[in-house]
Amino acid sequence: MTLGSFVVRNAFRNKRRSLLTLVSISFSLLLLTLMICIWRSFYIDQVAPEASRRVITRDRVSLAFFLPAFYRDKIRSIQGVTAVAPMTWFGGRYLDERPAHFFAQVATDPDEYLKVASDKIVPPDQLKAWQQDRAGALVDVTLANKYGWKIGDRITLLGTIFEVNPELTIRAIYHRDPPQNAPYFNAKYLEEAVPWFKGQAGWYSTQIDSAENVARASQQIDDMFRNSPLQTKTESEKAFQLGFIATLGNVKAFILGICGAVMFAIMLVSGNTMAMSVRGRTREVAVLKTLGFTRQRVLSIFVSESMALSVAGGMLGTGIAIPVIWFLTRQFIALGVPLNMRVNWQTATLSLVVAIALGLVSGCIPAYRASRMNIVEGLRHIG
Amino acid sequence: MAIPISYNIRNLVLRKGLTVMTALGIALTVTTAIFLMALLAGLKHAFVSSGNPLNVLVLRKGSEAELTGGFDRSLFPTLTTLPGIAKDSHGEPMASGELVVVIVLPRKDGTGEVNVTVRGMMPDGLEMRPSAKLIEGRWFQSGQREVVVSDSIRRRFSHANIGDTMEFGKGAWTVVGVFDAGGSAYESEIWGDVNQEASDFDRREGLSSAYLRATDPVAADALKNRVSDDQRLKLEGYIETAYYAKQTSSGNVIEYIGWTVALIMAVGSIFAAMNTMYAAVAYRGREIATLRVIGFSRPAILTSFVLESLLLALLGAVVGILLVLPFNGMETGTSNAVTFSEVVFALRITPLVALAALAFALIMGFVGGLAPAWHAARQNILNALRS
Repeated sequence: MTLGSFVVRNAFRNKRRSLLTLVSISFSLLLLTLMICIWRSFYIDQVAPEASRRVITRDRVSLAFFLPAFYRDKIRSIQGVTAVAPMTWFGGRYLDERPAHFFAQVATDPDEYLKVASDKIVPPDQLKAWQQDRAGALVDVTLANKYGWKIGDRITLLGTIFEVNPELTIRAIYHRDPPQNAPYFNAKYLEEAVPWFKGQAGWYSTQIDSAENVARASQQIDDMFRNSPLQTKTESEKAFQLGFIATLGNVKAFILGICGAVMFAIMLVSGNTMAMSVRGRTREVAVLKTLGFTRQRVLSIFVSESMALSVAGGMLGTGIAIPVIWFLTRQFIALGVPLNMRVNWQTATLSLVVAIALGLVSGCIPAYRASRMNIVEGLRHIG
Repeated sequence: MAIPISYNIRNLVLRKGLTVMTALGIALTVTTAIFLMALLAGLKHAFVSSGNPLNVLVLRKGSEAELTGGFDRSLFPTLTTLPGIAKDSHGEPMASGELVVVIVLPRKDGTGEVNVTVRGMMPDGLEMRPSAKLIEGRWFQSGQREVVVSDSIRRRFSHANIGDTMEFGKGAWTVVGVFDAGGSAYESEIWGDVNQEASDFDRREGLSSAYLRATDPVAADALKNRVSDDQRLKLEGYIETAYYAKQTSSGNVIEYIGWTVALIMAVGSIFAAMNTMYAAVAYRGREIATLRVIGFSRPAILTSFVLESLLLALLGAVVGILLVLPFNGMETGTSNAVTFSEVVFALRITPLVALAALAFALIMGFVGGLAPAWHAARQNILNALRS
């Protein structure tokens, strides 16, 4: 019997208590892992190299206002711009109003769109077909699989913002990692159907030649339109997406608050369990000290037990987190939010380190009290 | 014969440390749940208290919000001739054609920029919104570049005091009054004259929406249908209160995420409570056996321990409520999913919210305490006495 196995055996001696503590800690840690993943994907994750060269130019005041078509050529004249595509949120419905059938639909220019969205993979023959059919649609492979669409199928979108129900023929299917649920169609179709939309675009998606030039080019684009009636705001695609999340409220404070509450809860549960454990082993501790175990030894034994429990709970929690986060990411993508959350090594390690630290801290007080126990009193203790 | 509650209370008081720790754990979950419910209650209040049930809002058919709507101004006179419209103080049909625009204003505390709604209205528009009460200064005059702001806007943005000039559109506007919007959706709005704003934003021929005041609820309904059914107009009518009520979908994301978090925490708390109760049962093995020997029945023991768990949960709930009370009335903003502009609302810890939190905690206590209590009741007397 080594000290290690002694600690582990004792930590899981009372099976029911250990199990309950484990499960409780694991749920708290599940939440913590979730928060870490969200924080990482919002604020830390770097985007793929192609995506990092894309900027979005929109009306400075609100995305609800359109930009004139002639802005496109002016943006193109900025040094470093390799491609500019107009984008307009169609915002229609498919089949009915239920959230299960909700996905983004965007009107754009097929001739230039894929130069900007270079991370979407489309077979060249399909791309050509889409460019040649004014009523054609480019759809995502996940969406196509969901509804069983094939090349040549016709789909009808029901317009809400625009008074038209486009009947589109699927001409191309794209793959992208991570997947994005949006069909794209030709903006000219929209212009012909809705006269007041002619000569406008919702926003412009621009590709810059290198990531280093992004900041400078963005600034130059905005400067160019500063004295126009419709001023622009140009930012990286990532910042644009983050902007939507920021409007939800003080997200950072919320995440940090949850993390704090969760860590406190873990400490409470873990400390509680250790206190109960120590209380039940008073005579045992006295015997240990009689045998010659020093105070420090006793202290370290109990702290180690606490850490063993919290590590086990942590591993369980991180394990549960993997499928839960996978499920949540799928939900987000279905809603059109391109969040790609994955539990990677760094996140799992961070969660476990936090668990160990909390186990250590929460075990300190009960362990200290055990170590300072009076041997004679302990031996005399009944119950 | 039931075991008196004082037995449970005394036990909880005896093991103070354990009681406090478990109650705190439950309190944390309760606090999270209350926070979430207060946020949603505040958001709902902002929308539900908005609007007058006699006002009929007219939008272009197919658009869902004033911001993304818009129809030709020439349709407005036709609207005012529809039957069932009440008369204003001048004897004319009470109607207001309005232009809604969103501008960007930087927050006073420097935390960023916010989309704020600017609403241009006709004089009747003020009369149709009696819920907005002037608290300082005066209302704007038609034909002048004057605006009134809500109290909330005055507090959160610079240049929003009486006499200040705000810059938007094509130039300066003077703030002449401050109104109290009563926590409704108007808290995020700046009001001015529709013609002045139309020329500033180059929208002289269009209106975002029109408001018509009906004489009574039946006439309001009839008016709404009349507007929607007219094929030539291509417009849609809404009762103003119903229109705002629909916008509570802005809280959907908060709700979804919030309840997921609260539920996960609740499960963690339930297991923690279970742990505590099992330890209590184990510790009091001999006590329980003695109670059985005296004559208390198994159901009595079961009830007693479940009650103890409920008491623990109750304590946790009270602590949780106390922890969150300081945040009551805290103002925050989120994005209106329909108009893309900010909607300001305050956390509302209503009696209903507190009650719901209590019920939440009691359920946690019940579920957590049931298994240990069952175990206590099923114990073999002799074995328990000997332990």
